[in-house]
Amino acid sequence: MDRNHLRHQVASMRKSLFDQGYLDDQFVQLEDLQDDSNPNFVEEVVTLFYNNSAKLIRNIEQALANNPLDFDMLDDYMHQFKGSCSSIGAKKVKNECTQFREYCTAENGEGCITTFQQVKHEHATLRRKLDTYFQLAKQGHASG
Amino acid sequence: MNLGGHAAKSLSMPSTSWKSGDGVPDQFPVGLRVLVVDDDSTCLMILQKMLRTCLYDVTKCNRAEIALSLLRENKNGFDIVISDVHMPDMDGFKLLEHIGLEMDLPVIMMSADDSKNVVMKGVTHGACDYLIKPVRIEALKNIWQHVVRKRKHEWKDFEQSGSLEEGEQQPKLSEDADYSTSANEGNWRNSKRRKDEEDEVEERDDTSALKKPRVVWSVELHQQFVAAVNQLGIDKAVPKKILELMNVPGLTRENVASHLQLLRIGTPSPPTEILPPLRVLNCGHLLQKYRLYLRRLSGVSQHQSGLNNSFMGPTEAAFGSMASLNGLDLQALAATGQFPVQSLATLQAAALGRSTSKSGISMPLVDQRNLFSFETPKLSFGEGQQQQLGNNSKQMNLLHGIPTTMEPKALANLHQSAQSFGGMNLQVNAHGNQSSSLLGHMAQPQSRMQMVNETNGSQISRLPSSLVQPIMSNGIASRVLARNGMVDNGRGAVYNSVTQASSLVDFSVNQNTDLPGNSFPLGNNSGMSSLTSKGVLQEEVSSEMKGSRGFVSSYDIFNELHQHKSQDWELQNIGLTFEASQHANRQGSMDVPPSVLVHQGFSSCQKSRQNRDTSIGNAMFSAGEESGHGNASNSGHQLNTFLTDNSLRVKAERLPDVSCQNTLFPEQFGQEDLMSALLKQQEGIGPVENDFCFDGYPLDNLPV
Repeated sequence: MDRNHLRHQVASMRKSLFDQGYLDDQFVQLEDLQDDSNPNFVEEVVTLFYNNSAKLIRNIEQALANNPLDFDMLDDYMHQFKGSCSSIGAKKVKNECTQFREYCTAENGEGCITTFQQVKHEHATLRRKLDTYFQLAKQGHASG
Repeated sequence: MNLGGHAAKSLSMPSTSWKSGDGVPDQFPVGLRVLVVDDDSTCLMILQKMLRTCLYDVTKCNRAEIALSLLRENKNGFDIVISDVHMPDMDGFKLLEHIGLEMDLPVIMMSADDSKNVVMKGVTHGACDYLIKPVRIEALKNIWQHVVRKRKHEWKDFEQSGSLEEGEQQPKLSEDADYSTSANEGNWRNSKRRKDEEDEVEERDDTSALKKPRVVWSVELHQQFVAAVNQLGIDKAVPKKILELMNVPGLTRENVASHLQLLRIGTPSPPTEILPPLRVLNCGHLLQKYRLYLRRLSGVSQHQSGLNNSFMGPTEAAFGSMASLNGLDLQALAATGQFPVQSLATLQAAALGRSTSKSGISMPLVDQRNLFSFETPKLSFGEGQQQQLGNNSKQMNLLHGIPTTMEPKALANLHQSAQSFGGMNLQVNAHGNQSSSLLGHMAQPQSRMQMVNETNGSQISRLPSSLVQPIMSNGIASRVLARNGMVDNGRGAVYNSVTQASSLVDFSVNQNTDLPGNSFPLGNNSGMSSLTSKGVLQEEVSSEMKGSRGFVSSYDIFNELHQHKSQDWELQNIGLTFEASQHANRQGSMDVPPSVLVHQGFSSCQKSRQNRDTSIGNAMFSAGEESGHGNASNSGHQLNTFLTDNSLRVKAERLPDVSCQNTLFPEQFGQEDLMSALLKQQEGIGPVENDFCFDGYPLDNLPV
């Protein structure tokens, strides 16, 4: 049936997000918080995350354009960003953040710049996937 | 999730917010009022949802300053605070300190950073827990335990002190006559006492859940003790003889021995005399704050905190009981080996103060000399300030056993300030004489204090009192303390001195251990027992103390403390000053604020030069440094200088008062040398460095 198929698709997509390491258990925590009183809680949180993180990313980019690089400040920004990522369970993004911070500690400017590109990449990828997932989930609900 | 149920039922803890006098509401912890602070709104949203799922009452806040305002405006509006460590507008630890000092709520820190040193920092700053982000709901489910634990400790102290006092007083009263003429034979007394104690115990058992009798070292009792020791001569004051002289039914030799031990500790050389009866101001809140400071400074484990909590005493104004508890707790603390006995003495003093305040003794120990050196500077700040100081000092005095009649509000104020001044209070006792005159001045302030409190300046006013403590006569001090106590956490009763005393004691204790400089200025020898607010006075005190040896030796507990002047003390000062500065900035009407800070800052300055980062505290520190601290003899001067300077900073108008105040000191204080030194300082004080400029010192600017 259409509905079942849709649900299967949703479940399958969800599973792959976890299997591929895009999401971790924290995302499950968010899902657990979702209930009838807050049926779109997870999506709302993710939306909020992306709104906030956009600013953080801009800050980091600006900081990376400085010469010389202020590693403390960069580490600071990334600490915040990482905390935010971890709160929604964005696993891959978080890992890239960790890597970035290591480069900051080592005061490796190039490493920071390179890693940051990866951070942004993972960040954008996850966003796309989650958008798709949420849409699918809504359809699944709607049809259900 | 089932949060209520068993947890609630197993606790018999009263909670003012839960409107249950004898136990926790069945629904507990449902409705626990949580304040969440985090600059990351994603995290905030998640936490809020999680806490709501736990059936808690959640308020979220993304700025620390706003959180503080919320807490201050509604002192009794929250049960627990959860705060992120990493925030742009204010460091989470600073917020933690503020909350601990002002509201004494349990605070949970959280951070994505799980490195050991950060977690340790949380512990030392007094966080009751530390959560690693991302936070899971399971971790939040049990946060209610921190609220319960805290209240339980306070309640327990309250109960114990309350029941003890009654029990003890009863036999005392009835048998006083009998004993007064009876032969002073230890054995006979002991047996009689034992019997009384048994009666007391029974009585207590009937009325409370207390199991073991504790001696409440009320102000009167302490005075008797002091008189006995004086009479015997410190060298010959053995517990047995003291006991006989005191002739107090129900008192055991062991009680006296412990008390003596507390007082003795910190007395490098036998004092020439013991200060005349000290009235301990009720500084329950002060003790509490003190405790927090100690905890923070020395990374005291929960155990210590727990101990300190016991000093806090009940929410109700049970001054007397507090005193008793404190005394006992002091011993217990000492026993733990964590706190130097000295600090215990302080606590005791505070406890004594408590009882005193209860009795509403208005004029405190004039005899208390010592610390006034600190006091003078404070008073100089001006009438307004003084009052506030007085209030604060009252608190401090409480510690010393200066009984003060403190109005609830004043106590509340004191409480708050006491916290910061923890150390200061202790000192007050020493300068009994001096304080009395000062107190007179302070008497007025009470109304001001109230005003201050209302304006929210309680913090500021608090500060001064702590400073003033030594000077403040018991009457004032108690009043001040009373106010502070009241304000604090809106817990009905003013813990006053007791709490504060305990807090103070804590400070002192910590100082010996790790806290340098913090609130334990008292450590000084001359009997500056009071723990000057945050160790600011420590340096000063010590030096002062030296000059004034002869101060109540018993209150010399902090002599050693001040030696520590280290940075830890700064932290505390920082917190205090921070508040003070904030208040100063915020409240134009606050007379005290800056001065108060100054006091604190002084000690800190002296010791912790490095306090630059703490906004106000730093200022003070630097001030201290500048004045050329370091010398014992100069300490007093420095204090004055600092105080004056600070006061100058704070408000120009304050200064005039300061000078007036200073004059008071010389007359009153037995320690002419100190006082005059202090006074001189004040007069000669010129504009202080910018560091001390409290005026309009925005929090953000505070270098951290």
